[in-house]
Amino acid sequence: MTSKMTQELFDTVPDCDGRFGVYGGKFVAETLMSALAELEALYRKLSADAAFQRELDEDLAHYVGRPSPLYEAKRWSNKVGGARIFLKREDLNHTGAHKVNNTVGQALLAKYMGKRRVIAETGAGQHGVATATIAARLGLECHVFMGEEDVRRQALNVYRMKLLGATVVPVTSGSRTLKDAMNEAMRDWVTNVDDTFYIIGTVAGPHPYPMLVRDFQSVIGRETRVQSLAQVGKLPDALVACVGGGSNAIGLFHPFLADDEVAMYGVEAGGHGVSTNQHAAPLTAGTPGILHGNRTYLMQDADGQIMHTHSVSAGLDYPGVGPEHSWLKDIGRVNYVVANDDEALAAFHSLTRIEGIMPALETAHALAYAEKLAATMTPEQMIVVNLSGRGDKDIHTVAQIDGLEM
Amino acid sequence: MSRIAGRFQALAEQGRKALIPYIVAGDPTREVTVQLMHRLVEAGADIIEVGVPFSDPMSEGPVIQLGHERALADGTSLRNVIDMVSQFRQQDNATPVLLMGYANPVEHMGYATFCDAAAAAGIDALLTVDIPPEEVEAVNAELVRVDMDNIFLIAPTTPDDRIEVIARQARGFIYYVSLKGVTGAGHLDVDDVTFHLDKIRSHSSLPVAVGFGIKDAASAMTVARVADGVVVGSALVNAMAQTIEEGGDTEAAITAATSLLSSIREGIDSLAS
Ligand SMILES: Cc1ncc(COP(=O)(O)O)c(C=O)c1O
Repeated sequence: MTSKMTQELFDTVPDCDGRFGVYGGKFVAETLMSALAELEALYRKLSADAAFQRELDEDLAHYVGRPSPLYEAKRWSNKVGGARIFLKREDLNHTGAHKVNNTVGQALLAKYMGKRRVIAETGAGQHGVATATIAARLGLECHVFMGEEDVRRQALNVYRMKLLGATVVPVTSGSRTLKDAMNEAMRDWVTNVDDTFYIIGTVAGPHPYPMLVRDFQSVIGRETRVQSLAQVGKLPDALVACVGGGSNAIGLFHPFLADDEVAMYGVEAGGHGVSTNQHAAPLTAGTPGILHGNRTYLMQDADGQIMHTHSVSAGLDYPGVGPEHSWLKDIGRVNYVVANDDEALAAFHSLTRIEGIMPALETAHALAYAEKLAATMTPEQMIVVNLSGRGDKDIHTVAQIDGLEM
Repeated sequence: MSRIAGRFQALAEQGRKALIPYIVAGDPTREVTVQLMHRLVEAGADIIEVGVPFSDPMSEGPVIQLGHERALADGTSLRNVIDMVSQFRQQDNATPVLLMGYANPVEHMGYATFCDAAAAAGIDALLTVDIPPEEVEAVNAELVRVDMDNIFLIAPTTPDDRIEVIARQARGFIYYVSLKGVTGAGHLDVDDVTFHLDKIRSHSSLPVAVGFGIKDAASAMTVARVADGVVVGSALVNAMAQTIEEGGDTEAAITAATSLLSSIREGIDSLAS
């Protein structure tokens, strides 16, 4: 990266049209344009409003349980060798993943807008669970759209959402995964735009979503910064996070973007390998295009049709990525790499056995890459891995791969 | 004068309203589309709106989504769609054809490449559902270059100041989306349509067609009383799909679509002044 990458540069995105360089924007049907404008105006007002910020901070402290610890995984670091590895424990948040940071924020926006109904798309079910949870707490009607394939492989989270009072709508169109759930959520929103708030679960979608989800998730990086300085006396040498839509990654990275000395690695799902078509790594193997309201790197075929993706983890099984990541890739600030299914599974087992921490399969992709990275670094250096979620929801999938009937 | 403007003008002189069927190119198969287009013209179509299939048709209801899936299963690409219109033009140089689709296939081909090929094929206009005025500059410049019309949507949620912005950029006609929802939804509110058409007309002298939610002669007549044209989509796609599901062949499917269209034609022509 060049030394021109100052805080001012990173503060310029998104611009007033929601663009991160050539990426982002608002590519949606006309029916939604005024709802997006209304959301943006309210968000800009509230993000400068002390009372709103106080309410959000209180929810994050007392409902979510922040700050989350920055834990040094000493035994695992020793086994891996090289750099010291720290885990930012988003798995310890209420509902078990980073998703809730954003959900709490957007639900507050919904409350300020007087909406009585919230909708969400979900892949792994973590964002759906987080949304159902906040909806229960605020007494809002909640509908969660989930691809039929994901309903099957994340059955535990489906039942959790039902217990929380949400209606889970299985989506049977297209590839029956996260992208199709997002299509269906958009269709619902277009139909019920007057009384419904769409809580998008990642830094994708039309402007202002990539911006506001980033802002809500940036609490991860802000805490990590303070904790690194307090616990180790310096900033991390490297940050590692998995990238589905990219919300846990941008949340960790964003507060460090202007710190030249901090290297960053976003880990995409390599599935069966990026040389096959069975993966979900648009930044590594895709090309720019337009999907779900923004211009970004996509997995698409020669005719501009969106391709089916594959990942062992439902939360990474998405053909697009948040537009800010596309920009960060192009300007060279963040390195985007992949971990394949088998590497993620190995890391899942390794962390579970060595640290007693069972990570989500999404997170396991970041861990798999961190192992490789640490080995190339020295014991004076430190890596922070975003431990974006816990793995209870994936036990079924892992057991099945291990040949167990549960 | 563009084919679209010419058609609306001719209809206005006869006191008639434009009937605009929407079909998905390549549905149920690529083979059928050109023939279907000719037959729709025989059944009274004034302008044909050809849907470009997309893997993620976010504004479509279930009926048209399935149409897109069938077309893609038969391998229909944007190139194929352009070729279909080109073939249609060999026999019909009069009926305006507009492509309706999503941004990505067009952007992926390249706006300049697309516009050159589309204009050469005799395509008159483009409507991209997910390119609002804020994002339209790049494609619009190319459309202007090849003299193609750019069709914009206006929705019940579009505020006055946006109507003005859209009206300034629109060419050909303006497409008013009659309801908050996806294609094929059922809650058409005529008072609301009338209210919005008045507003649109205070900003634009272009003809205004209304679509989303028109399924038969009765609903078309209600809308045609106030609009310059009616778009019928899901009902046609559904008529064909159902015929095939019940064991009918493509000829039967085409007939199902054309008889529905004829009945709508008759209905709206009975209003002719
Ligand atoms: C634990 C966990 N990590 C990561 C992700 C991927 O999402 P994102 O890239 O937005 O962080 C998910 C999504 O479901 C998740 O549940």
